[in-house]
Formats: sequence, C-alpha cells, structure tokens
Amino acid sequence: MSASQTTLRSRPGSAIDAERIRADFPILKLRPGGKPLVYLDNAASSQMPQQVIDRLVRYQRTQHANIHRAVHTLSEIATAEYEEARRKLARFINAREEREVIFTSGTTEAINLAMHGYGRKFIGVGDEIILTTLEHHSNIVPWQMLAEEKGARIRVVPINDAGELLIDDYEKLFDEHTKLVGVAHVSNALGTVNPVKRMIAFARARGVPVLVDGAQAAPHMQVDVQDLDCDFYAFSGHKLCGPTGIGILYGKAALLERMQPFKGGGDMILSVTFEKTTYNVIPQKFEAGTPPIAAAIGLGAAVDYLSGIGMDAIAAHERDLLDYATEQVKRMPGVRIIGTAAEKAAVLSFALAGVHPHDVGTLLNQDGVAVRTGHHCAQPVMQRFKVPATSRASFAFYNTMAEVDALVAGIRNVQKVFS
Amino acid sequence: MADPRSLYQEVILDHNRKPRNFGALAQASHKAEGHNPLCGDHISVAFNLEGERIASIAFQGESCAICKASASMMTASVKGKTRQDAETLIQEFRDMATGQIDVDRQAHHLGRLTVFAGVSDLPTRVKCAILPWHTLHAAFHSVADTSTESENDPMHAPIGDA
Repeated sequence: MSASQTTLRSRPGSAIDAERIRADFPILKLRPGGKPLVYLDNAASSQMPQQVIDRLVRYQRTQHANIHRAVHTLSEIATAEYEEARRKLARFINAREEREVIFTSGTTEAINLAMHGYGRKFIGVGDEIILTTLEHHSNIVPWQMLAEEKGARIRVVPINDAGELLIDDYEKLFDEHTKLVGVAHVSNALGTVNPVKRMIAFARARGVPVLVDGAQAAPHMQVDVQDLDCDFYAFSGHKLCGPTGIGILYGKAALLERMQPFKGGGDMILSVTFEKTTYNVIPQKFEAGTPPIAAAIGLGAAVDYLSGIGMDAIAAHERDLLDYATEQVKRMPGVRIIGTAAEKAAVLSFALAGVHPHDVGTLLNQDGVAVRTGHHCAQPVMQRFKVPATSRASFAFYNTMAEVDALVAGIRNVQKVFS
Repeated sequence: MADPRSLYQEVILDHNRKPRNFGALAQASHKAEGHNPLCGDHISVAFNLEGERIASIAFQGESCAICKASASMMTASVKGKTRQDAETLIQEFRDMATGQIDVDRQAHHLGRLTVFAGVSDLPTRVKCAILPWHTLHAAFHSVADTSTESENDPMHAPIGDA
C-alpha cells in the first residue's frame, strides 16, 4: 500500500465513518463466491439499511390497512403514516408544500406522469421539447411518444468530449416553439452534474417549464427544488436506500393543478356518476388506486436515514471516493475513462482497450466486484463516445477506499487475463 | 492465468485473441447477420454449402470474448460437416448453454465446445455464447437478419421452429 493511499484512508475529519455505516447494511456482509461483496452498482440501485427494513416490517406487522378509506383505526394509522412520508419527502427536497409531492412507482412513471398530465394537455403540433444527449431513455422515450402523437419536435443539447452539456447550444435551441425542457440533474452513464440551476433560470425567463430527472442526483447531494426553481423534479426510492416501486414527482402546485390526470381510478376522484366525474385535488388527483403504501413509508424512513448522516457529508465522502478512484484508474495503461466533466457525481465509466465491457463485468464479478456493464439505458451517450457499452462503477456513501482498491485490482486482473 | 472454474479458460481466450475463420468470404451461398441489442454484440456468418457439406465458412463482427470465441470455435467445428451434423451441433450447443443437457452425463457431439458449458451458470452471458449459433441457424434458413431479441430467440423458442 502506498503512503498516499494510507493518507487518504485515514484522512482527518473525513465526512463519514463508512465502516460504522456499513454495519447498518446487512447485504454488505455477503460473500458471493467466497469473496467480500464490493457493491459498486449504486447508480442502478442502492442497498437498504436495517432501519428501513425494520420500518417496512413494523408497518406491515402493526400498521397496514388501505388508506384514505375506512374510519377504522388501522386505516387512520396507515393514512397518517403515508402522509407523514409525503411530508418527509417534501422536506427532503425543500418543497414549499407537501401536496407538491406525488408518489409514483419511480422516476420513469414520474416522467410519464408529467408527459401525460402536462405534455398531452399543453404541447401540440409544431411545438418543441428540449432534451439533452445525456438523458436516460426514460427521459427520452416518453417525449418521443408525445412528439409522435402531437406532431411536436425534440431538440437535443449536444455535449463536449468531457461529457458536459454545451450551454451556448442549449440557449440557442430556444425559440417561440419551445414548450418544455427535460434535463438530467446528473448523468447516469457518465456522472456529469449538469448546471441545471442556470438552465432553469434561462428557460423560466422565457416562460418555459423545466423537468429535472433527479434519479442520480437525489441520492448524492442536497436537492432544493425552490432554490433550483424547477417546475418538475423526479426521482426513485430504490436508488436512495428505499424500496423499489416507489418514487416521486415533485411539481409546482399551480402547474399540477392545471394538469390533467394521468391514470383514472379510485382515490383520484371527488365524485363519480356515469355522466360526470369530478377529480380530486392534488396530489390525490395523480394517485389513482391503492398506492404502494409500505414502499412510500419505507422511502420516508430512507430519507430520514440519509438526512441523519447528512447529504453534504454523503456528497463529500463520495467525492473523496471518486477522486481516489479516478486518480488510480487514470494512471492505468489501456484504460479510458468515459466522462471527465469538471463537475461529477460518484460515477466512473470506463473502457478497457481490447476487452468488451461484458467480459470486464463477468471477470470483476468473479472477484466479488459488482459493476454495471452495458449502455446504461443511455444509447445516445454511447453513440457520442463511439463505444457500444462501458463498464460503470458507481459509488455510495457506504463504499470505502479499500473497495476502490479492490476495483483497481480487479481491473488489473482483467487486463492480465486478456493480455 | 484464469481461474480454472472460470468461463475464461485458455482455449476461449486463445480463440478470442486469434479467431479462426475470421473475415469475409468472396462468395457465399448462405449468410446472416446476428446482433444482440442488449449489449451491442454484432456478428455476421457466411458459408458455402457444396452439396450437403459446408465447404467454407467465415465470420466477422464486434463482440465480447465469449461471443467471438464461440463463433471461432463454431466455424472450426462445422467446417467440412454436413448440414445435418451442423444442425445437430446447433441444437446441442443451445441445450448446453441453457443448461438443458448435462454434458458430463449425456451423449453429445460437442467435443471441445463443452468449454462453454459454464455459461449456463451466467444467465446474462448465455446469449453471448449462443449468438453465433443462432446466426448460423438463420443463415441455413436464409433469414438475412436475426437478433437475440427476435421472436426466433433460441432462449424463447425451439430453434427448429425458427
């Protein structure tokens, strides 16, 4: 071990005691194939601490009933806990009002909700939607579907070789036809942190609403939707230590009120006759049917857990991990880092000369190192860098410098096997 | 040196480094393209059938090591064989890769191709190993374009029904 590694590991005043935090995560004790699990696929899904698992179990054992329905005690408790989770989420992103938080099944459904609720009502023939090269397919395909249906047009913000948006080009895309901007806060494939605040200010000055895909940002940094002044903000629970099947769409109340419902059903109505249905107020207008109550409550517990550690401390620790990993990997011959933006979240995408990412992934897995390989549901990014796929290590606050060392050793082993 | 339990055994690495029958044929009686949209693997297989026998065969494309080695060893195994024998190998290889036959206990004609048996433990890599065989099958049946995600996907449908 080099001196610099030792220094980094025991950096005084380090934001996070990762070893203590790891004790909260039962799954991190697994030893797949007899080797310690080095879980570096957090951008795909993060792991769940015991505190959130316990909360799910407590709800299911002692509090479960359907919500917003019956007068019996359990239903009242479940309703109160579900609405308390909404309050926690609103606080987590500093929403002005809790009714601005709509529970969805995840980021994908949140974006589809915005597309159906806002896009289908307010975007028409000849209108334009601005997206970026860095978008995940889930912030491309719904808008393409809308554009095809309405005769609208998608315009795309290009990126430079570092994987940063070309902001001058973004600003030039605006004209009188521009009706919406969709932008990832953080690129899932490259880790680029986009200058969304500046982009939103530019769009808002022209009366254009902005949807921010926060799936890769909310788990890694303090998000303040009022400071950003975004119109929509979407993210998933399972990427921030919560359960799958839950996420949110934040929307400004005035905007949500003007939108049409997305799904029809129970809970989203005030009254129904066969002649006329009156829709409920927000957020219920957008939450048809019985929601994933346990998952929402679990997500509430997850944001409590993260807030307890502190999003700034999480961001600082992950920055240390990324800096250390980048420094190590950059020095390795035959390794190309894809995505070298000045502002990055904890994602390290890379390509090994002469080795396909799937072979990298399988060989790293044999060393217990879990990374994602493939196009990361971001094929336009892959096309831009002329690679079919990359290997992606993505870090969470519970990862350690020793795990970065395991990744680096694993990459060396791949190179040895293929030498 | 690769772990002996690993899929990445020396014979596979060797075929990946020095693929046999890699390139194009000037003329081909049969050819097909295969691609796996999930990972971007892409190969083409071309061959000349003289009577019932594969007189010459070649493949090219871009893929992971498992796919390339599988294609290389496939071309080496079927060259000079009859269509009937090649079709038998396609079926047996697919059964091995999807874990439907145990090559240690059941009769087969796979020979050195059993080096790919380990892929059946890696569900995400099964398609990498099968793609060349899928493409060879498509070429026999003159399907110009095939995909691991098509309805003829051997993972989902018996190859004989393609």
